Amino acid sequence: MAGLYKSDYENPVIRWIDTRLPIFSLMQKEYGTFPTPRNFNYFWNFGALALVTLVIMMATGIFLAMNYSPNTGLAFDSVQRIMRDVNYGWLLRYTHQNGASMFFMVVYIHIFRGFYYGSYKYPRELLWMIGVVILLLMMATAFMGYVLPWGQMSYWGATVITNLFSAIPVIGQTVVTWLWGGFSVDNPTLNRFFSLHYLLPFVLFGVVFLHVVALHITGSNNPLGIEVKTPQDTLPFHPYYTIKDSVGLCVFLIVFAVFVFFVPHTLGDPNNFIPANPLQTPADIVPEWYFLPFYAILRSVPNKLGGVTLMFASILVLFVLPWLDTSPVRSARFRPLYRPFIFVLVLSLFALGAVGAHKPEGLWVVLGRVCTAYYFLHFLVILPVLGVLERPLPLPESISRPVLGPPGGGGPMPAGAAAKPMEKS
Amino acid sequence: MAEPLAAATTAQHGQPDIVSKRDFLKLVTISGAAIGAGAFAWPFIASMNPSRDVLALSSVEVDLTPVQAGQGITVVWRGKPIFVRHRTEAEIKEAVDTPLQAMIEPVPDADRVKPGHAQWIVVIGICTHLGCVPLGNKPTDPRGDYGGWFCPCHGSQYDTAGRVRHGPAPLNLFLPPYAFESDTKIRIG
Repeated sequence: MAGLYKSDYENPVIRWIDTRLPIFSLMQKEYGTFPTPRNFNYFWNFGALALVTLVIMMATGIFLAMNYSPNTGLAFDSVQRIMRDVNYGWLLRYTHQNGASMFFMVVYIHIFRGFYYGSYKYPRELLWMIGVVILLLMMATAFMGYVLPWGQMSYWGATVITNLFSAIPVIGQTVVTWLWGGFSVDNPTLNRFFSLHYLLPFVLFGVVFLHVVALHITGSNNPLGIEVKTPQDTLPFHPYYTIKDSVGLCVFLIVFAVFVFFVPHTLGDPNNFIPANPLQTPADIVPEWYFLPFYAILRSVPNKLGGVTLMFASILVLFVLPWLDTSPVRSARFRPLYRPFIFVLVLSLFALGAVGAHKPEGLWVVLGRVCTAYYFLHFLVILPVLGVLERPLPLPESISRPVLGPPGGGGPMPAGAAAKPMEKS
Repeated sequence: MAEPLAAATTAQHGQPDIVSKRDFLKLVTISGAAIGAGAFAWPFIASMNPSRDVLALSSVEVDLTPVQAGQGITVVWRGKPIFVRHRTEAEIKEAVDTPLQAMIEPVPDADRVKPGHAQWIVVIGICTHLGCVPLGNKPTDPRGDYGGWFCPCHGSQYDTAGRVRHGPAPLNLFLPPYAFESDTKIRIG
């Protein structure tokens, strides 16, 4: 059998394929028997939810592109045609439009999970950094997608965001002209944004694949933040976590459906129902909710280059987070000082969101500056210092002990489930 | 509770005649997921069917007054060419008199036109072989040996009733749905 993969499958057709291309064995290893910490809570659903959302976005996007015209003269009307004339076009578009919000909601919770349970720490630093790349790609894709309907917010969003690059000293204006393909946001800009908006999700999918590969090398973190020690600490991914993910997915799809079917415009901006007008900026221009905190950071600095730099730095700082956090303990459950600070960070991000949604006047300016300062203070000062000052609570001996309780005490897991991995060891 | 538990245990040991609770749950879960996937796929597939604005363009009115005997005009209906031809007395006579045995798809001339309007033949101008547009609508075009239409792609020939008389086309030119609104006006679609 030289040259063939040694397959355990007995079905002749599956075996024929599997010995030549072991996809069945691979799936069984990575998603069937894959040993997964037994103590996941529902925060561990959000990676799977994000993947499902990405697939939904790609599917709806491909079908929307069949009816969309990336031309300044046609774009707005072609979107209205999708809403009125194309069969279920309203459903495809509302799903895609609200799907962007759902995607960010899921991914932000996924990132919070990483913050709270220290998922970015050794040995998962690269896994985390790939995640930050995913976030950046998502932001670029979401921004370019928002331009496509060619409403007022599309046009002025595109103008403002591309003008961020004009803050670069010396070459700024040249870069912006290059991004536009002209001297203002116009047809060439719309064309390239459509092309890139179609391309980037596939790049995103590839990077997500790397994210999953890296995850399957280190294995998942868990709510206790301690490493898996024995097979008793794990459960096979299927059926335990396929089912747990399915439960979460059902709840998530209900939330998604409520937005799509009942309040499809709640998260959008009414100004985008007005066709783009290069001669008139809307009076109250705000980005979509998922960009508000970053927009608030941008506006908090009374200097063009400074604001743009801090806004980009607020994401880039996440790349070095694994090294800024000096504590060896992952989970916030055992970090009495880190725990309140992470909630302050979340609070400041919500506050920044509120600041971004209001006109920069009076108290909002002060609040924006305080929260921006805290954001960077948290990562650059508090985290490195906490690792030295904090006295963590004692860590449990293993994952299975706090789950199963003291020996002989019984636990919430079915006996068969507990016994099976034990046999293997 | 002892009874079903024992049954479940035996089922797991490979006795197919006993259905366990887990088998039932599996079946319900998979069926539910399959129905969900189907319901999810439906709008995607439906979105590729003709949209409302395309369907709204599905009828067209044609004024016949300017078309002289022996001439034909081409109008567009649903993106397809429709041949509207005003036949001469001689052409009608020949079309009516041709024996059915001489045809590839035998249809009497009366079934190709509307009663009382034998001078008007209205057909979809797409060759039933591979979809080319036959020549012959203009008097200057080649009309083939049967005086109707001649397809330049593979040489199929049609008579003045749009019936195929020479292959490779297998069928007569299709008739669009149409009606006479008055003696000089038709509505196609």
